[in-house]
Amino acid sequence: MSQRGRLKIYLGYAAGVGKTYRMLEEAQALRQKDVDIVIGYFEPHGRKETIAKTEGFAVVPRRVLPYGGTAFEEMDTEAVLSRKPAVAIVDEFAHTNVPGSAREKRWQDVEVLLAAGIDVLTTMNVQHLESLNDQVWRVTGVRVRETVPDWVVDEAAEVVFVDLTPGALRNRIERGVVYAPEKAKRAMENFFAEANLTALREMAMRHTAHEVEERLANPEPAAGSRRYERVLICLTGRPASANLIRRGKRVADYLQADCLALHVCLPSEKDPEAVERHLRFARNLRIETHSMHADDVPKAITEFARSRRVTQIFMGRSLARPVWKRFSENIVQQVVRLARDMQITIVAERRR
Amino acid sequence: MQAEERRERRGRLKVFLGYASRVGKSFRMFDEGRRRKERGQDVVIGAIQRDVTPDVRDIVSRIEVIPSLDGAINLVALFRRHPEICLIDELAHDNPPGCRNRERWQDLQELLDRGISVITAVNLQHIREHQDAVERITGKRAANSVPEEFLRSADEIEIVDAPPDTLLDRTGNSRIPDARALAELRELALLLAADVVDRQLRVYLDSHGVSARWGAQERILVCLTPRSNAAEMLRSGYRNAQRFHGALLAAYMQQDDLPAADRKRLDQHLALARELGAEVHSLAGADFVDTLLEFTAQQRVTQVFLGHTHRDQRFAFLRSPVDRLIDAAEDFDLRIFPSSLSNEESNEGPDEGEK
Repeated sequence: MSQRGRLKIYLGYAAGVGKTYRMLEEAQALRQKDVDIVIGYFEPHGRKETIAKTEGFAVVPRRVLPYGGTAFEEMDTEAVLSRKPAVAIVDEFAHTNVPGSAREKRWQDVEVLLAAGIDVLTTMNVQHLESLNDQVWRVTGVRVRETVPDWVVDEAAEVVFVDLTPGALRNRIERGVVYAPEKAKRAMENFFAEANLTALREMAMRHTAHEVEERLANPEPAAGSRRYERVLICLTGRPASANLIRRGKRVADYLQADCLALHVCLPSEKDPEAVERHLRFARNLRIETHSMHADDVPKAITEFARSRRVTQIFMGRSLARPVWKRFSENIVQQVVRLARDMQITIVAERRR
Repeated sequence: MQAEERRERRGRLKVFLGYASRVGKSFRMFDEGRRRKERGQDVVIGAIQRDVTPDVRDIVSRIEVIPSLDGAINLVALFRRHPEICLIDELAHDNPPGCRNRERWQDLQELLDRGISVITAVNLQHIREHQDAVERITGKRAANSVPEEFLRSADEIEIVDAPPDTLLDRTGNSRIPDARALAELRELALLLAADVVDRQLRVYLDSHGVSARWGAQERILVCLTPRSNAAEMLRSGYRNAQRFHGALLAAYMQQDDLPAADRKRLDQHLALARELGAEVHSLAGADFVDTLLEFTAQQRVTQVFLGHTHRDQRFAFLRSPVDRLIDAAEDFDLRIFPSSLSNEESNEGPDEGEK
């Protein structure tokens, strides 16, 4: 079997910072050294300087897929596989493929190439990282739909930050380099407001630093040795659980802790489908999930946590209760009382 | 008004920051100069390094150069020429004796003061406040340096990041640190840039009257009380702040009637907080929860660490501060820590003395 390919991600903080340009620049340098490199997917966005950088590359034709009366073009992963270059350029890592494609997400296509021993160069913005989804929403008001699980990025051989100052980016937008004029104006007032860009840029810098640090040190703890921390996420069917899962996982990742998720099912569970969806979401983020039935939820949580030597429990806030009910303890308070030997984090449902 | 006007007249400073030699920051700087010139701006070069790469040489040949004079920028000639933008490579540079300024960054101040915008480039190893850290990583210390404050005064800072392997490719040069050292330098440079950007963000928000409840950084607040397990909370807070590259804050409520033993314990906690580099705040207010909520909003706190309260069973019907905070916490995560003074069973009364 061939060795797994290396993934290199050019990380930016917004459209137009020059990720694709930088990626192609480096690809050109590889081509000069006679590396066999092809374009698997490239999105020109009508930017002349970027298009000029694709000169000389072999391009694997895209696959055309009809959907809803329109013809969509996606990377032809199978064609890239059979061409088997040393390196493939695949723009826009977070892209969602049109329904009917072999795989739902482009990052899954890239996984296929990597597994076949092909190195991949790709681009993405920090706001597409799953763990930052809530934070990005708070800052920009935009709920990013196309996300990439953090473990996919963590497994990249290299993450390179592509910087441009927000002022310079806004100038480029004003000059019409990034978007068509009418779209540019809207963009400047919304997502591309200076404070938004500055905050996203800071996130991208900190995240790249985090990725660098992850690759630096910390070999896996020796077999049998216990990791310092273990995080347990108590999820429910409530919508806020998605935020809770992301938050718990993010803390676990940063602390290099194990991460488990538990759902305790009451006989009266209202929305089993939502629970199943959240459990699946957790598994996609590589969280070990557990489900159990119990009448006494706080007791079940505490006992499970103790049996698995959990050091931190993550819970969502219970729904606001009417005043007369506040004299009795809710589930969070009961767990707080029962699990006095553990840290318990109550995750806020953040506002904007 | 006056400050605003002065800023109007002052030139703008842009700095390209790299984490090691050869990441390509000079190229990016000159390339920006080229693009600006092509857009019709009046650009000159005030300083070039001696050995430049061919791609830099190519750009430089297309821009007017005001040659340096006896190893220093020719300030007089630049003042006379008075371009819109001046490109200065190698920001960290000591001028020879006899010049009007000892260091090059001071020359840049004069250009900026006279309304000339400057684009310059510098490496992490030359930032004075980070030289100890760099020396710990590489075992070497650069002779010339620039104060961090100058970097922070820049209108714009752009980081030039590049994968370490592109630097290591050109081996045979023993001056290049190894891969691990490069990665450490890279992380430092990214975090320095993030800090600079964070400050810019705060200044921007303040000057536009935006009271944002959000930030791009984790800000962890440890609430100290005399009876809390402060050491564990502070250490955990410190570790979290380190891992998240965030800020650590500690706060306590002012209380005049604190018993001597509690006062002493609190002082010990505060000393530990300061030792760990926490920003310590003392809070005054009639109600602990209200005061804390106001403080967290103002400081854009993202996580609050709090010890378990010892609930007096006789007053169990009163809601404890923890319960109230759980209900009120909307913008931060609340992490509740096991308390130190209790073990499972005997945690009702104030049972100090029993150790």
